[in-house]
Amino acid sequence: MLLELDHIYKDYLQGSMTVPALKDVTLHVEEGEYLAIMGPSGSGKSTLMNIIGCLDKPTKGSFKLDGRDMLKVKDSHMADVRLHSLGFVFQNFQLLPKESAIDNVALPLIYAGVPKRERMKRAAAALERVGLAERLHFQPNQLSGGQKQRVAIARAMVNNPKILLADEPTGALDSKSSKAILELFGQLNAEGVTVIMITHDSNVAKSARRIVDIFDGEISERSRQEVSQ
Amino acid sequence: MLENVRLSFQGIWSHKMRSFLTMLGIIIGIASIISIVSTIQGTNDQIRQNLIGAGNNAVEINLSQGQTNYEISEWNPVPDGIPVITESIRQELLNVDGVEDASLYNVRTYAEGIYYQNSTLQGAQVYGIDQHYFNTCGYIVRTGREFLDEDYEQYRKVVILDQTAASSLFQEENPLGKTIEIDSQPYVVVGVAQQKAGFEPVINSEEDYDTYIGDEDSGIVYMPSASWCIAYMYDEPQNVVIKAQTTDDMASAGSKCADILNGYITGDSDVRYRARDVLETLEQLQSSSEAMNNQLIWIASISLLVGGIGVMNIMLVSVTERISEIGLKKAIGAKKRSILGQFLTEAVVLTSMGGIIGVVAGIVLAQTVSRMSGTPVGINVTAIIISVVFSMLIGIIFGLLPSVKAANLNPIDALRHE
Repeated sequence: MLLELDHIYKDYLQGSMTVPALKDVTLHVEEGEYLAIMGPSGSGKSTLMNIIGCLDKPTKGSFKLDGRDMLKVKDSHMADVRLHSLGFVFQNFQLLPKESAIDNVALPLIYAGVPKRERMKRAAAALERVGLAERLHFQPNQLSGGQKQRVAIARAMVNNPKILLADEPTGALDSKSSKAILELFGQLNAEGVTVIMITHDSNVAKSARRIVDIFDGEISERSRQEVSQ
Repeated sequence: MLENVRLSFQGIWSHKMRSFLTMLGIIIGIASIISIVSTIQGTNDQIRQNLIGAGNNAVEINLSQGQTNYEISEWNPVPDGIPVITESIRQELLNVDGVEDASLYNVRTYAEGIYYQNSTLQGAQVYGIDQHYFNTCGYIVRTGREFLDEDYEQYRKVVILDQTAASSLFQEENPLGKTIEIDSQPYVVVGVAQQKAGFEPVINSEEDYDTYIGDEDSGIVYMPSASWCIAYMYDEPQNVVIKAQTTDDMASAGSKCADILNGYITGDSDVRYRARDVLETLEQLQSSSEAMNNQLIWIASISLLVGGIGVMNIMLVSVTERISEIGLKKAIGAKKRSILGQFLTEAVVLTSMGGIIGVVAGIVLAQTVSRMSGTPVGINVTAIIISVVFSMLIGIIFGLLPSVKAANLNPIDALRHE
């Protein structure tokens, strides 16, 4: 089992009030799955994503990533987990505006301590994988939204993580670009990458092979049949 | 690391105006310090040059009473127990480490009764010297001749003048072969002596004049020591001047020679031989000029402090501006120390650039001031290195708070920030 979340609770403090964001969430994800977590805003899906993404820790419960108990991992090692096991894709791309596509993609490799020549080689290969071999040295402002998101996906994949986490990856894209990005996810998943996508859009969620609904901090799962309808 | 430096330059370049204004505080601080230090250095070099002269390394060992020279004259009799220095004692001095040559001489300051026809030489000094004097003190006789063995053996009444004495007694006239009168005795001028290396102390003020020239400028008349008692009646204990092998030997050789000479003194006279330590005088003069300038350095340092605060301020702005960049970097696996390193590097690059520009500006400033006011300038490499290192330190000190703030940002909040 790649991801094991058992009875996860997450509370936030708002002033003196404790607000529960996740209530008894149990979710297991196998390697190679393509999962969508769907819910309206305020449902707790971002909180769940942050926990899966090792950006945040649950208040209670157990969370194992690749068999490793993440609640026992020190904060300073969380960065290593994010660097090597996870790739992030954000709604607003989060590219560094002054760096070229290839430099943006090579960024995680800097933190992994990869030498420059090797970095450039791997970054170019990652961009090729997302179909941007022709635009290695373009600045983000010279790229369309869809292309920017491809650069972001290349960056997420450059360290060959097991899991690709996408937070509303099509939220800022037109329908044509959205479709292309979702196809790319499908393709990466076919190559063996576990894809976890968060969305509020059921049309987007449909491209996943498994959908988990989240509402008011509690999750419920649909069967395959329901998804295909 | 190299990547951080590249990113820093990129960041600085993309905000040229802002970066320059931030650097300005550092530039002004470093430039003022460098120009002050250059001026101190220049002044010190000049004091040293003035005191040590053209580098003939002569050390006077004079009879002294306490701190002042004891000058034998009609009113100051020869103290008891101080013998005339013999040639064998002189040889002993020559054997001291670092002594290259030694000379014995008698002197009368403010000698009166020196005439040539109708002109008199007021306040001149009369020296009775041995044949080693000119070499030891770095003088050379270019016009006429030096004293010969016969001058000493036959007690000839001959004199050599220095250039001041020659020109005030003879004006345009050629002094060679002319007879002058000293204490009613006739003496024939056989030569004019001058300093070997044409060294003139640089005089910028009345104080400088007193320090470096004083009353030595009224002219000197040299006669063979053998003839001394003709003019002044008695054999007297001499003063000594030694030539040290190097400038660094001056102090030790001088005091060793003074000890040897004092060993021959019998009785309980308070008049002793004392080496005039040029280096000691040098340090005294230098420290008084430094004391004043050190205060200026403190004042200039305040501007560095203000500059450092400016850097801190702009780095805080920079962190806030790039909050989502920081969030992203943390999300994709940057450790705290990578973020800390990035911002610290940026601060250090910023202040180091300021430091380097400041050094250049400081040198230019010092040269300009020097050209306008005539103060000497010396470039002090140590000061330059310290300034640049110090400006880096300012970057680290004042960059630390903003960098720690950046490194401790929560990636979730940082990513959400738009």
